[in-house]
Amino acid sequence: MSVVTSGRYTFLNYNLVFFIFLQLGLHSVEGVWPLPQSITSSPERYPLNPQAFYFTYGSQSAAQEGCSVLDEAFKRYFSLIFPDYSSGYGFLRFSVDKPFTVQVSVGRNDCDSYPDEDSSEQYTLSVSAGQAYLKAETVWGALRGLETFSQLVYQEDFGSYYVNKTEIEDFPRFQFRGILLDTSRHYLPVQAILKTLDAMAFSKFNVFHWHIVDDPSFPYQSRTFPDLSAKGAFHPMTHIYTQLDVRRVISYARMRGIRVLPEFDSPGHTQSWGKGQSDLLTPCYSGSSPSGTFGPVNPILPSTYKFMATLFKEVSSVFPDSYIHLGGDEVNFSCWKSNPDVQAFMLKMGFGADFTKLEAYYMENIVNITAALNRTSIVWQDVFDYHERIPKDTVLHIWKGVPASYEAELRAITKAGYRVLLAAPWYINHISYGQDWRNYYTVQPLNFSGTEEQKKLVIGGEVCMWGEYVDATNLTPRLWPRASAAAERLWSDEKQTSDVDKAFPRLKDFRCELLRRGIQAEPLFVGHCKHEYQGV
Amino acid sequence: MLKFVSLLLALSCCQGLQHNNIDDYVEAEPVFQASKYGSLWPLPQKVQISEVSFKLTSASFRIVDAKASSAGPSCSLLQSAYRRYYEYMFGSAKKQWGSKNNRRSDPSDLTELQVWITSPDSECDGYPSVTSDESYELTVNQPVAVLKAPKVWGALHGLETFSQLVFEDEYGAKSINATIINDFPRFQHRGILLDNFLNYFLSWFIHTGNNGDEQNQCFPLAHSQRAAYHPYTHVYTPADVKMVIEFARLRGIRVVPEFDTPGHTQSWGKGQKDLLTPCYSGSKPSGSFGPVNPILNTTYDFMAKFFTEISTVFPDGYIHLGGDEVDFTCWKSNPDIQKFMEQQHFGEDYSKLESFYIQKLLDIVASTKKGYLVWQEVFDNGVKLKPDTVVHVWIGGRSDKEMSNVTAAGYTTILSAPWYLDYISYGQDWQKYYKVEPLNFEGTDEQKKLVIGGEACLWGEYVDATNLTPRLWPRASAVAERLWSAKNVTDIDDAFNRLSLHRCRMVERGIPAEPLFSSYCPREYKGV
Repeated sequence: MSVVTSGRYTFLNYNLVFFIFLQLGLHSVEGVWPLPQSITSSPERYPLNPQAFYFTYGSQSAAQEGCSVLDEAFKRYFSLIFPDYSSGYGFLRFSVDKPFTVQVSVGRNDCDSYPDEDSSEQYTLSVSAGQAYLKAETVWGALRGLETFSQLVYQEDFGSYYVNKTEIEDFPRFQFRGILLDTSRHYLPVQAILKTLDAMAFSKFNVFHWHIVDDPSFPYQSRTFPDLSAKGAFHPMTHIYTQLDVRRVISYARMRGIRVLPEFDSPGHTQSWGKGQSDLLTPCYSGSSPSGTFGPVNPILPSTYKFMATLFKEVSSVFPDSYIHLGGDEVNFSCWKSNPDVQAFMLKMGFGADFTKLEAYYMENIVNITAALNRTSIVWQDVFDYHERIPKDTVLHIWKGVPASYEAELRAITKAGYRVLLAAPWYINHISYGQDWRNYYTVQPLNFSGTEEQKKLVIGGEVCMWGEYVDATNLTPRLWPRASAAAERLWSDEKQTSDVDKAFPRLKDFRCELLRRGIQAEPLFVGHCKHEYQGV
Repeated sequence: MLKFVSLLLALSCCQGLQHNNIDDYVEAEPVFQASKYGSLWPLPQKVQISEVSFKLTSASFRIVDAKASSAGPSCSLLQSAYRRYYEYMFGSAKKQWGSKNNRRSDPSDLTELQVWITSPDSECDGYPSVTSDESYELTVNQPVAVLKAPKVWGALHGLETFSQLVFEDEYGAKSINATIINDFPRFQHRGILLDNFLNYFLSWFIHTGNNGDEQNQCFPLAHSQRAAYHPYTHVYTPADVKMVIEFARLRGIRVVPEFDTPGHTQSWGKGQKDLLTPCYSGSKPSGSFGPVNPILNTTYDFMAKFFTEISTVFPDGYIHLGGDEVDFTCWKSNPDIQKFMEQQHFGEDYSKLESFYIQKLLDIVASTKKGYLVWQEVFDNGVKLKPDTVVHVWIGGRSDKEMSNVTAAGYTTILSAPWYLDYISYGQDWQKYYKVEPLNFEGTDEQKKLVIGGEACLWGEYVDATNLTPRLWPRASAVAERLWSAKNVTDIDDAFNRLSLHRCRMVERGIPAEPLFSSYCPREYKGV
């Protein structure tokens, strides 16, 4: 076996020198991850004393005390900024520092709303003596600014906290910056999802794409069709998401400015649905008799669409986001082909032997159902590849291929005038030896030939963590900090962040910050953090 | 838990890159089916499981010493193992309800496991060694189950096996089938190498000799920040090491320390002046340092002191001396070394200088009465080795040829080349580790007997406490079965079925072992 191609170890002396250099505690404001659009700072710095540190609302702010999103965020960020203070350690000292106030002003009182596709996340942050001004159009922008502020604060060896004089203007490059978790191939306890939402906020991700059901299991407990999880989950009591669990995830995400995008993938990837809903899946035939196995959703029965309409009505009432992901990928036609009723339907519809037409027929019906519910559909690229008769406001989701092929797909989809989301280069469940975060970092989402208008149709990107080999035991170290590499690509200016070697020390510091915040992020390479992960 | 008997603390440094893009993944989806061997892992040598089953209840079940056993209540190794396994089987005592007052049992219950150490010396207070007897026999039947083992080491494995036979029926009650097991390991040395140097540096020994502090049994903690990452939070203290050794002993695991020289020693130089070779740039020292300086007497004085100390701290009969990947460029640049090469008539062959160093080092270590392991390069370079040296084969590609050569020369050997678990890839790579046959090389039966086992290596460039456990388990378990079970245990589907359950058992015992494939465990990992 030639597992070992290079040497067992090759000494990289400069790395050790480098660690020692870092240990001197040189702090730079480039520590903010992802890098803000514009940042200037000076060596002038101000001490922060947790006993004299305040968040306040600006007098002109549209949101004032009582704004749930910001009130909660102030509490959260206080503990993140002063981790020692909340653990009750190290602050019995006499120095009487001047108070420091972070004054937050927002232009709109959207405290009780949900973040959505057009929510502004722009903010400005100005840190000077005794005062920081954080201004944003929306509370979601204010959340991003609070995250940035928390990353500007650093702690010296003797425990004191400082922040440098800084001016920041910031906004995301892409409006959709998502992470997909797959809770069908393995069940992820709600705690694991909540922890992921925490870490997402630290990297300014704003969409949790919940691939909630698939072939292996159906853990979503439906109000209207309780049998789906009672019979389709790995276990009907312990391996399900109750309505309460789902609400908890949505509200936890909202507090962090994160949208929850549910995916109910069909007509393929639905084996688990069939267990709790008879006649939904296509019976496969072996010769002239049913073989006892089932294929994709049966597209020829009116009952199918009635069921889907009812299910999606429920989904749209449970999930507030304006998008619903409908899947539509990897449909295996062999079962449809084997079924005589499906064959008869093909004939009747004039589809000939082209089963992609049958799939198109099905997807059109489903997209119309969600459109009637005022929801924008997202579908995997397969749907575009098979046919183009889909409503113009549908978003296509690219998941296949190497750069050359996904760039061609970007070109084709945007040329056809559809909005598009890129996931192909960020299939983070595909692990390999070494620093693969560099591959995620150097992706160029707009590197395809097309007009300015076409480029504007790329609404963002998504990191996918498919679940074949992932559950709560390894999710967090597999996701972080590798996903953070994609986060910077999606948030920051590409020209300012094109050098992967410059990103390395910043991401390394950020990974240590994640550890400090209790996120079990794995190492990028040899090295150490001041506060190592202890939770083994 | 996994019948591994050796844990290598390596002191070395490594690097490697490999890019591996997976575009589309299509894999035959494995389907779980119950194995006739349940969840046993690694599979015992001989197993007979009958259909008859007995109930076990936490209220009535006990693990006790057999009357005739040579180990009694004073054998804390066994007593603590009894409690550990009782808790694995029934949960911790806190969760039990009214267990004392309620010791009723049904006639169909199994109420006792008697542990019988059969040889006069149980080795209860000793350390496991490469020659320890690890065999055991387990009979589960009415009225009591009996575990017989010549030594405590076999009893520990038998307890693990017994705990793996216990299962929950559909109502959650604990049950066990009548079973007869006769078991022993195929290989004596079944190891895991953890690379601590890079992320947690063993700094305490580095500063010995600097202050001649001989009355101190232990090496002082580093006084400066130069050697370790951090002098207090990122070192192993002697107390830590003792704790690790005792923790391992109680589980029948040997701790073999590795101190790799003359290469891989940059960090040593930070604590020990003149130990490393000054590199030259032209006629002047460049300020950087290379491998250990092999031409100075002080080097050997240091090594003698160092290994004397190490041999008292680590009780195991073996020390791993490394000896791999020595870079000659610095030696070549140094005029003093050039002169020495001339005096010794080494010509331009720096591997002769390396051998010279290793030879002296081996003689030093031999005087401490320890045996040693060396990486394969030491053998390849023709260094004269003691007959009981263990050669550690790690270079992939033609490791079968190397095994053949090493054993033909009469040396014992352990295999690691196919089991570098730090080289991760997408998919079920445990199967690759499982399918290895260590004796698959050309050689006589005598040669094959010289293979004493193997080691799964997890080097630390990309691993620390955040991802160590799920990266190691259950992938290392695949290696464990290859090294423990009979040669003909090669059914990959049966292995998948048993290993899936074994990984869920690890999760239940608090080890976040990662999944093999899409699946679920009755009690998922909640420690997030």
